[in-house]
Amino acid sequence: MSNYDEELEKEIPEFKDSHEGKKSEFDISATMSVVQIHGWKQIIGIISVAIIIIGCWEFFIRLFNVPGYVFPSPSAIVVALIRSIPTIYTHFFITLGELASGFAIGASIGFIMAAILTQIPFIEKIITPYIIVLVTTPTLALVPLLMLRLGFGIFPRIIAVALAVGPMVMINSVTGFRRTDLAKIALAKSYGAKTWQIFLKIRFPLALPMINVGLLVGGIFGLITAVGADMVGGKMGLGNKIAYYSSLARMANFFGVILLVSIIGISIWLAVTKIGQKYASWQE
Amino acid sequence: MDDIIIIKNVSKAYKTDKGEVLAIKNFSMEAKEGDFITIVGPSGCGKTTFLWGLTGLHNFTSGEAIILGEKIEKPRREVGIIFQQANLLPWRNLINNIYFPLEIMRENINGYKERVKELIDSVGLSGFENSYPRELSGGMQQRASIVRALSYNPRVLLMDEPFGSLDAYTRSEMDTLLLDIWERTKKTIIFVTHRIEEAVYLSDTVYVMSPRPAVNSAIFEINLPRPRPRSITTEQIFFDIVINIQKIIEKDVEKQKEEGKYQSQAYSTIA
Repeated sequence: MSNYDEELEKEIPEFKDSHEGKKSEFDISATMSVVQIHGWKQIIGIISVAIIIIGCWEFFIRLFNVPGYVFPSPSAIVVALIRSIPTIYTHFFITLGELASGFAIGASIGFIMAAILTQIPFIEKIITPYIIVLVTTPTLALVPLLMLRLGFGIFPRIIAVALAVGPMVMINSVTGFRRTDLAKIALAKSYGAKTWQIFLKIRFPLALPMINVGLLVGGIFGLITAVGADMVGGKMGLGNKIAYYSSLARMANFFGVILLVSIIGISIWLAVTKIGQKYASWQE
Repeated sequence: MDDIIIIKNVSKAYKTDKGEVLAIKNFSMEAKEGDFITIVGPSGCGKTTFLWGLTGLHNFTSGEAIILGEKIEKPRREVGIIFQQANLLPWRNLINNIYFPLEIMRENINGYKERVKELIDSVGLSGFENSYPRELSGGMQQRASIVRALSYNPRVLLMDEPFGSLDAYTRSEMDTLLLDIWERTKKTIIFVTHRIEEAVYLSDTVYVMSPRPAVNSAIFEINLPRPRPRSITTEQIFFDIVINIQKIIEKDVEKQKEEGKYQSQAYSTIA
């Protein structure tokens, strides 16, 4: 809330709206500003750390002659991953598909619910505890039940991902929509703005940085849930492959799949951060 | 010429947790087309409340408020307001901030491009069209907000301590710029400030507002020559008016203190 808002509130008591500028229970905006890469020096630094770690790893595995089933060397992981591509790529796309469709469904529902609920403060107060229950309960725990009802196909997994993503996007969007700058709303009103114009041109852009945080956290939770759901049952998905390779002690393959999963995770982070830089970078 | 703004005995009361608070009590004023009128009074006395009432952002509790022959009920196109802080939208660049009111009014922006360009030139902001508010200084932001208010050409301009948050030098620069714009566009301006010198330098008429609940305390006609050079602010005749107004405000505050009603709120003087 700006100083101007506070001043206005002092002079015009009615200026306060029902939210009283309070933050929502969850505010994870810090996750967005963790890494910002500036210039070549930093990039070279980051890459050299990776080279040192991977080099040492490779060196010590060879020096002590550690067998591959105990702990594989980086080179062995890469070789195993490349060799397993023909069998693993379908699983990669299955998990990616679960994640993408679950994310799309969950994020849309979460966003729309946040947009509607914040317009009706009373209902928002009643619904919020249930959303917190959904956020704090790992939806992974529901997967066995979903599979019992819906079989071992892709649908129960998509539902699980959507259930993980939706509340995350919603709770962060709610925080964003609550962050109403009343002086800016007064500005729009002074031009005769209608409610939908205020929503579209003030409330939504103001909420965008927090919606973006919701998409990031939701994406990561969705990935965890997708891989986890693969592990619970059925014979497909990257999670399933992780469980399979570890049961056979094929550690090089095991790490290869984990590498794929973290590539998905990093891509989510990069994509959302890029969107954030484009549409929400006005925030200091 | 007829009065285009007629305010008769308006009052505004708020319901708060502690009961009803009277912010404005029977305040009256009028303005003719092209007048520059300033309302001066201690901080928090109800000046903003009054301007918001004129804009139609909220309604007065009682009294009669007419602008351009029509009772004020809701915000109108003919009446523009400039807020205390530039109040630009941080996610829009300068030019899109200026187009914001036109967008809300669903006007065809193409028809205004030339006008906006001239306005931007006249306040010295050309070349900054694509800059974001955070890249602009406080003075530039406030100049942008003046252009934004003028973009759709309202007849009456309400200004709520627009230069309050600027440093002294920028503020006097902005005062001069505002006079210049006013002389060119002949808008009717109602300007609110707690700085007496600013009020005297700018206006034809100064209305003094008492501390809360705000009532008419005094009216001063400022008969200094137009166009007004900045140098007038160093002349004895200017100081005399300023000191007269200051005495009245001090007396009002003193009276309230005696009655135990005054909540300490600084107001600035020429000191």
